[in-house]
Amino acid sequence: MAALTPISRKPMSVVLPAVALAGAFAGMFVGAGNGSIPLGILGGAVLMTGLAWVFINVLKNEQMARWITILGFGIAGFLLSGPMGGVLGLLGGWFFAWFIYWLYEGRYRQKLLPYLTAKQVFYHYLFRVICGAIFVFLITPILVVLPLSFNAQDFFTFTPEMLRLDPEGYSLKHYRDFFTNNEWQRSFKNSLIIAPIATVISVSLGTLAAIGLSQSHVPGRRAIMGILISPMIVPLIISATGMFFFYSDIGRFLEGTLGMNKNFVGYLKVILAHAVLGIPFVIITVTATLVGFDRSLTRAAANMGAGPVRTFFSIQMPLILPGVISGGLFAFITSFDEVVVVLFVGSASQKTLPWQMFTGLREQISPTILAVATILVVLSIGLLATVELLRRRSERLRGLSPA
Amino acid sequence: MTDASQNAGPMLAADGTPLKQSLARSLRRQKLRALLLISPLLLFVMFSFIVPIASMLFRSVENGMVAETLPLTVEALQSWDTQSGELPEEAVYDAFVRDMVVAVENKEHTRLGSRLNYEETGMSSLFRKSGRKLKKMDPETDGPFKEQLIEIHEGWGDPQTWSVIKTHSPAVTNGYFLNAVDMRRTPEGAQSQPEDKRILIKLFGRTLFMSLVITASCILLAYPVSYLLATLPMRVSNLLMILVLLPFWTSLLVRTSAWKVMLQQQGVINETLVWLGLVADDARLIIINNQIGTIIAMTHILLPFMILPMYSVMQTIPPTYTRAAKSMGATNWTTFWRIYFPQSIPGIGAGSILVFILAIGYYITPEIVGGTKGVFISNRIAYHISSSLNWGLAAALGTILLAVVLLLYWVYDKIVGIDNVKLG
Repeated sequence: MAALTPISRKPMSVVLPAVALAGAFAGMFVGAGNGSIPLGILGGAVLMTGLAWVFINVLKNEQMARWITILGFGIAGFLLSGPMGGVLGLLGGWFFAWFIYWLYEGRYRQKLLPYLTAKQVFYHYLFRVICGAIFVFLITPILVVLPLSFNAQDFFTFTPEMLRLDPEGYSLKHYRDFFTNNEWQRSFKNSLIIAPIATVISVSLGTLAAIGLSQSHVPGRRAIMGILISPMIVPLIISATGMFFFYSDIGRFLEGTLGMNKNFVGYLKVILAHAVLGIPFVIITVTATLVGFDRSLTRAAANMGAGPVRTFFSIQMPLILPGVISGGLFAFITSFDEVVVVLFVGSASQKTLPWQMFTGLREQISPTILAVATILVVLSIGLLATVELLRRRSERLRGLSPA
Repeated sequence: MTDASQNAGPMLAADGTPLKQSLARSLRRQKLRALLLISPLLLFVMFSFIVPIASMLFRSVENGMVAETLPLTVEALQSWDTQSGELPEEAVYDAFVRDMVVAVENKEHTRLGSRLNYEETGMSSLFRKSGRKLKKMDPETDGPFKEQLIEIHEGWGDPQTWSVIKTHSPAVTNGYFLNAVDMRRTPEGAQSQPEDKRILIKLFGRTLFMSLVITASCILLAYPVSYLLATLPMRVSNLLMILVLLPFWTSLLVRTSAWKVMLQQQGVINETLVWLGLVADDARLIIINNQIGTIIAMTHILLPFMILPMYSVMQTIPPTYTRAAKSMGATNWTTFWRIYFPQSIPGIGAGSILVFILAIGYYITPEIVGGTKGVFISNRIAYHISSSLNWGLAAALGTILLAVVLLLYWVYDKIVGIDNVKLG
């Protein structure tokens, strides 16, 4: 990292205009919320400039200044627009107290290269702010869903009660609906039947094939790899169209000629379709794990008299297990999250959770969807954490440096 | 080793066979074992993926229905000239009644009617109405039929009807593909559809255009973020990576429903803007059920697919190059444009093709936030599969889309290589 740059206090002529600008910007929003934008801009600028001047020239105590700003802003916000305003005020106060001293003490240069010009420093922070905005864009939709799922009303937006942080405005009723409503429960159960079975099929076949592909002499490896990865490349709508034609013929054959149970055939079709969609993920993750696999280990095992099966289960499998599991998680989430293929291939009795959400979004919009969405977000956080842990463990096992 | 090299004869393995032969055998065995390991999966994918896709390709040209349902009529129509402007002879009508009696018995005439209705409006009702009355006729005794049929429905007295039947009688047709590009099969050859029916070319164009816009906005948003992630110290960038990976791992439907919540007229974005006073209450932004809604939501959904390949390329760019450039007097801009940017192009290429391929076949998100103006060609395919039941046209549209994607994929393979696809 950059060398420690000596910092010095900045003159008032730099600090005050910058603080005034930031104050005016924040004041604009406060003013807009309370009636008059120009008044807000002016008030913000004057207030912040005054505060900065007082803190720097009169108070000269950073700790105290910080607490005064935080508490003062918090109380003002609370008086203006309730608990939510109070929280926003506390945050704003914390920011401005930090911002004034960050500028005044010249801390913004501390971690930068000493020879940068003022313009370069400005661009550096402008770039950071832009990146921050993009990160906000990435994460906001997911964060917005979480509180809305606790809405006491059947609205898709924040009610005044929610904004006042009034306990009346929040309830668990959409969760209750999810856990008691028959339709949601049935689709949830269907997802829990289809996804694990499809995952088991794609993981067991996929791991075998990945081991085969990683041998040193495989005729036509590129063509085989291309075929095995194709379910990931072909757009879902095309896979779904093809499967729709094909599986309806197969289904008719199984039900009509072989006299199989209609329900069973329905599940079979969806499971086979989902298993195929999960295979590329298993192949990719397991072959990636096998790249770093030390061949001499299996040779050593064979040397000591272990057969190929024993070598596989006691030497190779434990080492590639993290890759296999994370491939399996990918396959699971692919099936658990899939809607287009099941929409085309399945019938109403195989309705899965995503399908139910899809119809819910298209036809009768019910906030229960948001409760389901929240549950799924929590689930994906769990999966993300598991995959990350497995990746690290795999790299440790294979002796690579942790990245 | 030394013994063997001194011998004049071929090198021998431990069991006495020549070494060369023995090695070849072991190589063969190795290949066989690898293939045996791969074969279950390969067969499975062949059966449940490649065959369905092939069946779709087949469907897009398959057209056995007319010849199967009306075999005698098709044969009798061979000698009739569609250009003559006259009605076919009695023999054709006779053959037609014989065919129809069998078809009505098997309840196939309505399916044929709806098949021909895709080509000429009114055919469906013509077949349905005539079917009921034709059922009572006896082909052996009730003839001649020409007058009777025209009596039943005047459509049978229109040469156009017979011309449509003849045009669409071959077992293999290019009709669906012509329909897919807003043309149609006529006795005089391929012609463009009437003005009001030309929607598919426009839809293809819109799909391409919107996919390009989405790809471009993904590049714009992903580049700074990837650069930041690649240049920050590992600890910080791993933390920030969570913000990229969490949306990546979150269910597609969750993200789509989140955007529906955000973009609605009474949604979070509009409410916030109104509350802040930036937008008047009666002039709320219309950002859902149109192209803007689709573009915003899909850019967000596909952004991680752009960031991840860009990030992995930028990580490998040595920071010493930019420092060297600066030490030799290059400005910030020159350093970026002449040194850093060219090295990051492979990442942009990989990410763009990936995002473009994914975007062009998207169905769920446009369906929910796109309304009627922001839908893609895939929504049209789904419509023909589940609502209009014109499966041949759906298959033809799918085949064209598949061809485009495979072409792009081939380009992707040339630039990046399939083996370099990375997840997470």
